[in-house]
Amino acid sequence: MTTPAVRLDRVSVDLGGRPVLRDVALDLYRGELVALLGPNGAGKTTLLRTVLGLLRPRTGTVAVDGEVGYVPQRHEFAWDYPVSVEGAVLSGRVRRIGWFRQAGVADHQAVRAALDRVRMTHLRTRPVGELSGGQRQRVLVARALALDPQVLLLDEPFTGLDVPSQDHLTELFVELAAERAVLMTTHDLVAAVHTCTRLCLLDGSVVALGTPDELHDPAPWMRTFGASPTSPLLRALGLVPQEAL
Amino acid sequence: MISPLEFLQDLTDPDLAFLRKAVLVAVMSSVVCGVVGCHVVLRGMAFMGDAVAHAVFPGLAVAFLLQGSLVVGGVVAGVVTAVLVALFSQGRRLREDTVIGVFFVAAFALGIVIVSRAPGYTGTLEQFLFGSVAGVVDEDLYVVGAVGSGLLLVALLLHKEIVAVSLDREMARSARLPVLALDLVLYVMVTVAVVISVQTIGNVLVLALLITPAATARLLTDRLGPMMLVAPLVGSASAVVGVYLSWALDLPTGGAIVLVATVAFLVAWCLAPRHGLVARGRGASAGRRDVEQDQPFVGVPGRSGAVTGP
Repeated sequence: MTTPAVRLDRVSVDLGGRPVLRDVALDLYRGELVALLGPNGAGKTTLLRTVLGLLRPRTGTVAVDGEVGYVPQRHEFAWDYPVSVEGAVLSGRVRRIGWFRQAGVADHQAVRAALDRVRMTHLRTRPVGELSGGQRQRVLVARALALDPQVLLLDEPFTGLDVPSQDHLTELFVELAAERAVLMTTHDLVAAVHTCTRLCLLDGSVVALGTPDELHDPAPWMRTFGASPTSPLLRALGLVPQEAL
Repeated sequence: MISPLEFLQDLTDPDLAFLRKAVLVAVMSSVVCGVVGCHVVLRGMAFMGDAVAHAVFPGLAVAFLLQGSLVVGGVVAGVVTAVLVALFSQGRRLREDTVIGVFFVAAFALGIVIVSRAPGYTGTLEQFLFGSVAGVVDEDLYVVGAVGSGLLLVALLLHKEIVAVSLDREMARSARLPVLALDLVLYVMVTVAVVISVQTIGNVLVLALLITPAATARLLTDRLGPMMLVAPLVGSASAVVGVYLSWALDLPTGGAIVLVATVAFLVAWCLAPRHGLVARGRGASAGRRDVEQDQPFVGVPGRSGAVTGP
């Protein structure tokens, strides 16, 4: 394969002296939509923040090729702020615009392109406080796209969204993954199995990594999520333990 | 009670130069506080603004005792307190508002102790706390004008960065913006805005100049640009009307200004387009209107000024 857009090599990360990630190895390539799956506290967000360079690994290396776009969880954004959709997306380029400078033609073009991409152009002047949950998620994605990143990191983009919104976003993410590497944390395991090109089961360290087809063995799922052999989770995923047959 | 027209005549009367100066200082303070106050209100840091307002007190007291510059003294005390709060709330054990609660009262207590050592302190203390139109000298005008202009320039230069941090700290960090430094800049801006306003409006009430006009503006618009124009307008109008009432009825200046601003806020709350009490009562939920029509609110402060006037 070509060079990976992101390469994590035996990465261990501590938070407040407590080990959160141990020996994580993960390569992401352009054209992939990878789901990062694991229970709460598995280190999913920590892994994203490490790729962003917000956290320094205790050991191991992180190599990123190109710009990284980050879509934090929706609650991080001040939705009551008096800003339009356009303004919110433009805020993704603040650093690129530079100190003491105003947004130029290129910046506004990038904003328009990003809004086109997430199909929000018709709402560009609407205050962000008046958007639905799905629309808000699209604004955050557009804000990340405004930098034209090679890597897109999505932190629980589906949380709190209804089924149609989730489906539309999934379509969008598949589309975006055609030209870049997309890594997404989610608790919607069934959707991840059906739409992602690869799955990474994480519980402090990588329990299993592969295409949905390669992850037919229920054992790593049970280990990652602490699920019993009779758990409805496994049935929903179409995985039935051998001994239960 | 003198009429507004007589008030205008008094403003041009050479024998009453102090009144003109007081109005000028109050208006300049209102403009600066209005702009900075928008950031304070939108970031939900009203308590921090309150803390800084109180924290400048010991600095003002020391400056007064040493016959030094009130602005310098106040800024030093305010910044020291802001930095202490930032440092002590780095750990996870105490929330920021708790640390603020500890330090701002401590600073205020220190100010009271210092002032009590000064001869004839009661009059001075009252002036510090509640403001006065008397005693504004030419030098104050220049200092407030220069410092205020500098502050507005900084607010303009760092506008998009401060907004980015307010919108989403996590994103700002990931974009490598110096979030802590920008926070400190904003704290210093609040401190300076407070210090230059203390003289006319007083230490206790200065928070109102920071919060009330910005809150009023927020009710009237969903755009930051218009909000940052409306807030200084509401503040300035409140200052002029407030000084007038204070002059005409012999009321404390700070109190009069704050009450006028509060009336403007209440009027905005009732009459705000779309979200106001009246708009809601008329069943404004009759469909989502197009957002393009979002701008026509700039005329409202004039309206609220007319309502609050005599």
